[in-house]
Amino acid sequence: MCGIVGLFLKDKALEPQLGALLTTMLVTMTDRGPDSAGIAIYSNNSKDRSKIVVQSDDPDTDFEQLDAKVSEAIGAPVSLTVSSTHAVLSMPDGLIEKARAAIATFSPTLRIMSRGSALEIYKEVGLPKDVAARFEIGQMSGSHGIGHTRMATESAVTTMGAHPFNTGDDQCLVHNGSLSNHNSLRRKLRREGIHIETENDTEVGAAYLTWQMQKGATLGEALQRSLDDLDGFFTFVVGTRDGFGVVRDPIACKPAVMAETDQYVAFGSEYRALVDLPGIEEARVWEPEPATVYFWSHTDQPTHEKAA
Amino acid sequence: MQTLDMAEVALREMNATLHAQAETSNQTTWEILNPKGAHAIACGLDAPIEVTVKGSTGYYCGGMNKQATIHIKGSAGPGVAENMMSGTVVIEGDASQYAGATGHGGLLVIKGNASSRCGISMKGIDIVVHGNIGHMSAFMAQSGTLVVCGDAGEALGDSLYEARLFVRGSVKSLGADCIEKEMRPEHLALLADLLERAGATAKPEEFKRYGSARELYTFKIDNAY
Repeated sequence: MCGIVGLFLKDKALEPQLGALLTTMLVTMTDRGPDSAGIAIYSNNSKDRSKIVVQSDDPDTDFEQLDAKVSEAIGAPVSLTVSSTHAVLSMPDGLIEKARAAIATFSPTLRIMSRGSALEIYKEVGLPKDVAARFEIGQMSGSHGIGHTRMATESAVTTMGAHPFNTGDDQCLVHNGSLSNHNSLRRKLRREGIHIETENDTEVGAAYLTWQMQKGATLGEALQRSLDDLDGFFTFVVGTRDGFGVVRDPIACKPAVMAETDQYVAFGSEYRALVDLPGIEEARVWEPEPATVYFWSHTDQPTHEKAA
Repeated sequence: MQTLDMAEVALREMNATLHAQAETSNQTTWEILNPKGAHAIACGLDAPIEVTVKGSTGYYCGGMNKQATIHIKGSAGPGVAENMMSGTVVIEGDASQYAGATGHGGLLVIKGNASSRCGISMKGIDIVVHGNIGHMSAFMAQSGTLVVCGDAGEALGDSLYEARLFVRGSVKSLGADCIEKEMRPEHLALLADLLERAGATAKPEEFKRYGSARELYTFKIDNAY
């Protein structure tokens, strides 16, 4: 099964409530998958700064002096905010790749959850309510976000097998379904030089999008091509710096329902996930069509239409 | 009228209360408040009672229904009226995938649109959709009637047996072994009756009829691979 939720705010007045609204939506979806949970939050409150979110099984040791070490490696000031097993490293724009390479050298056990200027991904093994409480998602504000609760089918229940998956700067993917050609596609993508860490099918889907975009496709085009190249069942929700997108495979077994009002666009695996949103009684509620790529963006020049 | 508020009454208790209504119950009208997309609302009923659900429902509302009339004043999630035996289910809004799947009897009315796999493997149920239906509808449908006042999606009636399909609008594509058939007086009469019972204003003459060509290996063994 798996449960997906997404919330794209049109009304800025709701931004302080984004984390709380998303948490309620995701907790409602708990019985679609209790194995692990994750949330991607987008907030553009750090001008000219970029963020890397890292995860550690031993945060007390690994996060000690991490800011100083990264700062020395990239030659720029770095701030560190620890939240349970995750830490957000904030640095001036343009230094993310350098910082990532440095971290891989001196802390190879640290796992990169996300990178970008607006995106922060928090994910762990456990129930949505516990994962949300651990990272205090309910207190977070932002312009949009997506969440996932997992019922594992294709790979082990681990932090790295949890969703969302980071596909590029400020981009992430969540998936309900199972890809049946992920083994052959993983071999192909690895030959193309794409880094894939786990045996997870969704990570291959995420790597596929990354690969397409490296070849010059926009995110919208990459999603369109995924309909031809990915075999299996999927409802994908992707996050971008300025919005989110939805695509379902042509068979569309995996459920999806959307709601739109003047204040927001919301996605849920089930209508239950949407019932506590403000004004839901008057919302336009519909099912996204199969094999159709949808996007909502905060700007007139959305990320998904630009080549990486 | 009896009221069951799901903000106060648990799902199992609500369904148990409805199951406890006998053929001769005097409490014939029920109202369910605050459904909020919950699953399995008013499933397995077997009494001639009227149940009105004030809001949208989740998976399998009205599943396995016998005798009861269930009115959903909102939209319905996947598998509404699945395996219905008799009675009536009316949905004011839209229905999600596999509405009326495997239904043996009764009438399912969807006043909005139905999504994919509407009436899949239907076995005698009558389904009237005021709007459109999605892909793979009436897949392997065995008997009963599916009436669509709007358009039908891809692969309508794939691997059809004896079910009768009527579509007023366009059909994106027909599934394997499904063909258009002539409309005879008995079909017009059947349609007129179903449309009237479903509260639809469309005229029988505006529809086309589709059915099985009976050429698949299930009908002609020489056509097996």
